[in-house]
Amino acid sequence: MALIASSRHEAGSRSFPPLVYILAPLLALGLQSFLSLHFTSFDLIDLPLLITIYYGISMREPMSATVVGAIVGIAQDALTHHPLGIFGITKAVIGYLAASLGVRVDTENHGSRVLLTFAFTLAQTGMLWLLERRMLGQPFAWHWVHEIIRAAANSLFAVILFALLDRTRRES
Amino acid sequence: MESFFSRYRNVLVLITVLLAQVIGLAVQVRAPGPGPADKGGVRLIRSWVVGMVTPPERLFRWTGHSIRGVWFGYIDLIHVRKQNRDLQTQLGQLRLEEDSLAEDARQGLRLQALLGFQEKYIYKTIAAQVIGTSGTEQSHVLFIDKGADEGLRPDMPVITPDGIVGKTRDVFAHTSQVLEISDATSGAGVILVNTRIRGVLRGDSWGQPQIVNVSPDERIKPGEPVVTSGGDGIFPRGLAVGSVQRVVSEPEGTLVNIQVKPAANLSRLEEVLVITSTGSQMPSQMQDDLSQAEQKTADILAERLPSRSEPNAAPAASGSTAAQQPSPDTGLPTTPPPPPPAEHPDRFSMGATPPAADMVPGQPISPNAVEPTGGSNPSASPPAPDDRHARPATTAGSGSSGSVSPQTAKPGARNQGTASQHPAKPAPGSPGTGSGSTPQGGN
Repeated sequence: MALIASSRHEAGSRSFPPLVYILAPLLALGLQSFLSLHFTSFDLIDLPLLITIYYGISMREPMSATVVGAIVGIAQDALTHHPLGIFGITKAVIGYLAASLGVRVDTENHGSRVLLTFAFTLAQTGMLWLLERRMLGQPFAWHWVHEIIRAAANSLFAVILFALLDRTRRES
Repeated sequence: MESFFSRYRNVLVLITVLLAQVIGLAVQVRAPGPGPADKGGVRLIRSWVVGMVTPPERLFRWTGHSIRGVWFGYIDLIHVRKQNRDLQTQLGQLRLEEDSLAEDARQGLRLQALLGFQEKYIYKTIAAQVIGTSGTEQSHVLFIDKGADEGLRPDMPVITPDGIVGKTRDVFAHTSQVLEISDATSGAGVILVNTRIRGVLRGDSWGQPQIVNVSPDERIKPGEPVVTSGGDGIFPRGLAVGSVQRVVSEPEGTLVNIQVKPAANLSRLEEVLVITSTGSQMPSQMQDDLSQAEQKTADILAERLPSRSEPNAAPAASGSTAAQQPSPDTGLPTTPPPPPPAEHPDRFSMGATPPAADMVPGQPISPNAVEPTGGSNPSASPPAPDDRHARPATTAGSGSSGSVSPQTAKPGARNQGTASQHPAKPAPGSPGTGSGSTPQGGN
């Protein structure tokens, strides 16, 4: 399988089957929960975040991406013991930003995808720190090296995942 | 106005979504309810998400278990016989150790009863398989495949045979969420075994369990075991938690935190036990195990220790043999055998000493009073006042010849101690063990 992103023109004329909109987030949540149990280091990867970013840069509709991000985030919150809305808020913002940038920047090449994912991963951790530490008063670990490793791991994983998701798109 | 909404539609939607979630957060944080679990709509949302996510996890789990079951149950069985023999040997050793602890346990129970201390015993546990996690570093929770339909409720202790894991939090119909002890919002009452220092165990923001806000103490050393104290009302007392890893001083303040290495491997959990029922009385099964342990230990010791009966000696008295005949109902002897007659009676032999009222201070014991049942032996007659110094040598020699060696006496003493619950079963070939002349064996 060639890991080649489609051109901007091709991407604009494609859409996803409705089933993918439902199954991809669910599969991301399930795999995240299951793989973290068997591979401790897998919790560096945030599959729901990658799905949110991908939908944002693919759909290029900030309103839809915001709602999708909020739903995915709340579902992720539901699997934790934290109050619902922490991941919901962060992923809603990430979805909005990804869709807004998708309109202006060519997000169909791997370089921009890596950079965007790196930046969004750091942005999400920053928002989580703000919400948990400052707003809720909960303990939250922050270590720059750890966060950069996490962002880099997500960026590399995103290249493969986005290429796989590209193949589910169809001509509209 | 219409152009304003259409122009800033995206931003308005974003603000609306964020505002709604911030309000929702505030409501949840402000009124979490009486228990740790969520209530109302939040619980419903969690239930939906868990209901959608966990079925595929169960399927993955089941597939993995099936493959491993075929491999380990039918193919990878090399060295099983040798391992079985080693385990049998180990089991025998453990039974011996269990016996030595059984008396201490009984004594502890009696003392607890005297003090009115309420001990919590584990009555019932439910085994559950771990099927998933939260998937994030910020939330150390697990999902297990048992829920309210199997009798689980929030705040039940979750353990493994190695140590404690956490407690149930949200309990759904067939799935439960377990909050691990490594989470920053968890809490468990613990005590250090050697120094008896109490504290609260919770995880730090990196998921490292630690006992927080402890007064500095030089006696706290790495490796010291940590067990539950029972003070939190959730975990029964005495469950293994882990061992001290290191002591960390707080940047400000005079207190220290003690980092604990968990006894249970929290990153490799597959099966756990949920304690669903506890009580203040020792379970009947545990009582039976305790009694049977003493019985089995006596058998093991009898097989291993050398017999005291001499090969050329005459057969034992018929009464003694009959007394050791096992009961047809239980297979255990009905009455203990009578003590063997003393070969060299002396003043230490039973019945040889006159009553204290008949004795006069400073005067030797009357020969008639000292005359034991086997008084025909001249060596047993009391010495004259002038040869009083010879007595210790005589008594010492007779004492050693008529006594039971410590090795053979111990199981007899144990049996004597449990005679109220189980008929004494003397070790074959060691008639002295059940003589009943060992006063320290009584309870």
